[in-house]
Amino acid sequence: MPGEPLVVGRALTKRFGDFVAVDGIDVEVRPGETFGFLGPNGAGKTSTMRMIGCVSPRSGGDLRVLGMDPATDGPRIRARLGSVPQEDNLDLELSVWDNLMIYGRYFGLPRPVIRERATELLDFFQLAERRDDQVDPLSGGMKRRLTVARGLVNAPDLFLLDEPTTGLDPQARHLLWERLYQLKRRGVTIVLTTHYMDEAEQLCDRLVIMNAGRIVAEGSPRDLIRQHSTREVVELRFLDADEHDRALDRVAGVGERIESLTDRVVIYTHDGDTTVKELAQRGLAAESAYVRRSTLEDVFLRLTGRALEE
Amino acid sequence: MAVRVSSIGHFLERETLVYRRLWHGTVFSAFVGPALFLVAMGKGLGGYVGANPALGGVDYLDFVAPGILCASVMQMAGADGLWPVMGRIQWDKQYVGVVTSPITPAELAVGFLTWESVRALLVAVAFLLVASAVGGLASPFAVLAAPVCMLLAVAMSGPLAAWSSSRTSDRSFAIIFRLGIIPLFLFSGTFFPVTQLPGWAQPLAQLSPLYHAVELARAATTGHARDAVAIVGHVLVLCGVALGGAVAAQRAFTRRLSS
Ligand SMILES: Nc1ncnc2c1ncn2[C@@H]1O[C@H](COP(=O)(O)OP(=O)(O)OP(=O)(O)O)[C@@H](O)[C@H]1O
Ligand SMILES: [Mg+2]
Repeated sequence: MPGEPLVVGRALTKRFGDFVAVDGIDVEVRPGETFGFLGPNGAGKTSTMRMIGCVSPRSGGDLRVLGMDPATDGPRIRARLGSVPQEDNLDLELSVWDNLMIYGRYFGLPRPVIRERATELLDFFQLAERRDDQVDPLSGGMKRRLTVARGLVNAPDLFLLDEPTTGLDPQARHLLWERLYQLKRRGVTIVLTTHYMDEAEQLCDRLVIMNAGRIVAEGSPRDLIRQHSTREVVELRFLDADEHDRALDRVAGVGERIESLTDRVVIYTHDGDTTVKELAQRGLAAESAYVRRSTLEDVFLRLTGRALEE
Repeated sequence: MAVRVSSIGHFLERETLVYRRLWHGTVFSAFVGPALFLVAMGKGLGGYVGANPALGGVDYLDFVAPGILCASVMQMAGADGLWPVMGRIQWDKQYVGVVTSPITPAELAVGFLTWESVRALLVAVAFLLVASAVGGLASPFAVLAAPVCMLLAVAMSGPLAAWSSSRTSDRSFAIIFRLGIIPLFLFSGTFFPVTQLPGWAQPLAQLSPLYHAVELARAATTGHARDAVAIVGHVLVLCGVALGGAVAAQRAFTRRLSS
């Protein structure tokens, strides 16, 4: 049935011994969308992705992937999934080309089909010149791209990527984003995790913010910013901690909300320029005052009291 | 744990591809080494030993040939069950990649053991060819030593793979090798009959899968198999350890790779 969600999790839970890594989350991924899990280290993103990827049994709750139950239909579901794990696990004894060929064979795909896709994928991810090279000497970014390419060999209906761009240089990151857009345009449903707000804002139609095993917010990037933050943000930096502390008394009452971080004071406001003027009237002399639009980072900070990127 | 034959086949394609490329690297340890042992011990040492009733009515070359074969297979399979398994799960993690495909961890374990038995078969065939040239085979039943070697490989690498796939460090491996595999290698009736062991140690040999494999292989290559009950007993023990090891490896792979 079209429109049926590809992933449905209800009170989905993952425990490791006594430790609860995923604490009863509800998620739904709809066909054709790009869905993100955003959260700091240890939030439970990978644990969730592994359950969806049918390589880790759930400890509680309910999960359906492509309409099937991973507990009983793991191999059938995995046949239609693409998986890019957080840590590369390419076959270092095989060449670039054979990594794709052999992985395709694990799915039982006919060799001519794999050959055609592998050729296309190596072009798509700009790895064609390295086709016959061994994998080990490839740069980290190339290995990452190959891992992503490998995940597409079986032409998956649902593509899972756990931190696809961590460790990539900006150029490689943009190449990968570009490729993910193209896949999305072809109708592939994508689920990804990331620490990067810009990545989530760029790629995701909808996302959830996770913290300590729970979902703390859910929606489109714009909705989340609208709901949980103000339109603009003023960031003040000071010469030293004393200046910083003295300023805190002075700024009280300016804008909608004030957050004091170790290296800066953040003021949430509807109109940044007005706020800066107001600060000037109060005689506040920050080393720098910087006005910007609200981002998911601010939403995250608001909801968890923690910065997203460490 | 349903294991699909098709999955095993797909996994073996990977192993044969790597082997086709790297087989020459294993020529010495797998083929030349055992052949040199056979010449040195069977011919050289055998010249001094002469006929001895403890050898069961065969000369030393015939006695030691199946011992060398089985000991080589045991050592290869033993080592394969330790470091390579840990590496593929924890260091290179290629097994972590395999199980994102439809292949299950249990199928991967069976695929691994199947490949171990194929490698044992290759070693056995090469060794039997050399032995037949040197003169260490006395019976056409010698071909039966090959399936014995395949079983032995599973009986060794199965339990060890179950162990190593449940570890997060290879600290114990060197000790297992020194205190487990090397004594087995020496004292399982491979190079001298277990009747030469001190009385208290003789029953211990029964615990060694290698001992049962050597007895079977020796019956095959010498053609001396007077005691049918003992033969059946050796077959049962070897099959039992192989089967138990295979089940344990499947469980351990599943626990580790789908955690
Ligand atoms: N196999 C495991 N055994 C025990 N604890 C685990 C295991 N895997 C994950 N955890 C714990 O579960 C929690 C969530 O881990 P998870 O890897 O899901 O986080 P994450 O959001 O992916 O973090 P990161 O951004 O660092 O990748 C962590 O506290 C982690 O230590
Ligand atoms: Mg993670």
